Amino acid sequence: MKIKFSRVLKIIFLSEFVKSLYLAFIYMFKRRATINYPFEKGPISPRFRGEHALRRYPDGEERCIACKLCEAVCPAQAITIEAEPREDGSRRTTRYDIDMLKCIYCGLCQESCPVDAIVQGPNFEFATETREELYYNKEKLLENGDKWEKELAHNIKADKSFR
Amino acid sequence: MFLEYLNIVLYDLLKIVALLVPVLISVAMIVWVDRRVWGAVQLRKGPNVVGPFGLLQTAADALKYIFKEVIIPTHANKVIFIIAPIVTMSLALIAWAVIPFSETLVLANINVGILYIFAVSSLGVYGIIMAGWASNSKYPFLGALRSAAQMVSYEVSIGFIIINVLLCAGSLNLVDIVLAQKNIWYAIPLFPMFVIFFISALAETNRPPFDLPEAEAELVAGYQTEYSGMMYALFWLGEYANILLLCGLGSVLFLGGWLSPIDAYPFNLVPAPFWLIFKILFLFILFALVKAIVPRYRYDQLMRLGWKVFLPFSLFWVVVTASFLYFFNLLPQ
Repeated sequence: MKIKFSRVLKIIFLSEFVKSLYLAFIYMFKRRATINYPFEKGPISPRFRGEHALRRYPDGEERCIACKLCEAVCPAQAITIEAEPREDGSRRTTRYDIDMLKCIYCGLCQESCPVDAIVQGPNFEFATETREELYYNKEKLLENGDKWEKELAHNIKADKSFR
Repeated sequence: MFLEYLNIVLYDLLKIVALLVPVLISVAMIVWVDRRVWGAVQLRKGPNVVGPFGLLQTAADALKYIFKEVIIPTHANKVIFIIAPIVTMSLALIAWAVIPFSETLVLANINVGILYIFAVSSLGVYGIIMAGWASNSKYPFLGALRSAAQMVSYEVSIGFIIINVLLCAGSLNLVDIVLAQKNIWYAIPLFPMFVIFFISALAETNRPPFDLPEAEAELVAGYQTEYSGMMYALFWLGEYANILLLCGLGSVLFLGGWLSPIDAYPFNLVPAPFWLIFKILFLFILFALVKAIVPRYRYDQLMRLGWKVFLPFSLFWVVVTASFLYFFNLLPQ
């Protein structure tokens, strides 16, 4: 009987409602969880798996030795590599294509690479207006590598002890 | 003779424009306030891109609606389909004629102001019924039926709540009702009625937790389902104009209208209309907070609350108020 009476009192005085109103009022002045995306960006881990890039050595020589481990490991079969020996006898790729539409951004290519040539960088804003622009070739990937080298090197260094 | 007549008409038209333009602007602002408050409670930012603090968001939305195509379903009754949003919008606006912004600043100081508002807001159901029925489609129809039943039920209890106020004030004139609150706002002696009025106002304007007519999970968008473009925008603005009107009515009936809370030095420097605006804004922010915190009622719960709780309670309170006033000789002369 006593329990019922207190319940009635609660209902009459809308106590739950007043409590939630108070809570809502407090929440109004809390820190916002939203960021103004194109102007503000959230933090990205060094491990972030974004757009691919092919890196070079500091002297400008490309790292990729055409071992095709990435092509073999790629679960989506997005990578196509063709290779033949260069004039100086070193093994280099003549073609290195990634179909970014097939890619599932699993990061296995980066993990399999013995020379840290193919990496996934921090860039995730590479939307295009046509399909064709997302069939990346060697030229595009190397260009990406040159563009993002600073961040890429930093990320690889930061993540090294965990690999 | 003719010129004199023209003069009067033009003067009245000017007064109407002077009232309606601020009301429409504040409707646009109130949509923004609603979205900002709602966002704030959910730790979001709300519209903040268009204009300073996103203040022009509603203008941008309205512009978008203007340029959208108006689609009229083949099976719809065209005339009624088009009239419905116009009815909703204009009914929400004409009721503002009697809301007093100060002792003299009122468009139509009629003696039955409260009855006029009551009549106009009852007519608001027609806009919704017409929209739902003329759409000739099942979701709008169900939404309109729900809405009509809901608005009619809560209108009844609002009627009794208003009777409480009238018993205390002794007048149907809104200016007199406000002036009768000079000593004490009716929200204090009639506090339970104020709470019930607030909740009924939520139901009357189809706001959460009583937004069953547009329960998107079951009815798509209720009576608005078939509407698009400017006609949808008219419904949307009409709805907010109605909310604003009920906030205004609430502040006039219970929060002392344009009167300042304390009739003393720092407070009575603020011009009278501003107090009304503050009070409307206060009530509206409460409306917006409620939207953010409550889940939607089930239909039978809604009907139970209206007919089995609010109606008997407000009826009982009419008797209590009347007997109290009678026995303590407080009846207004």
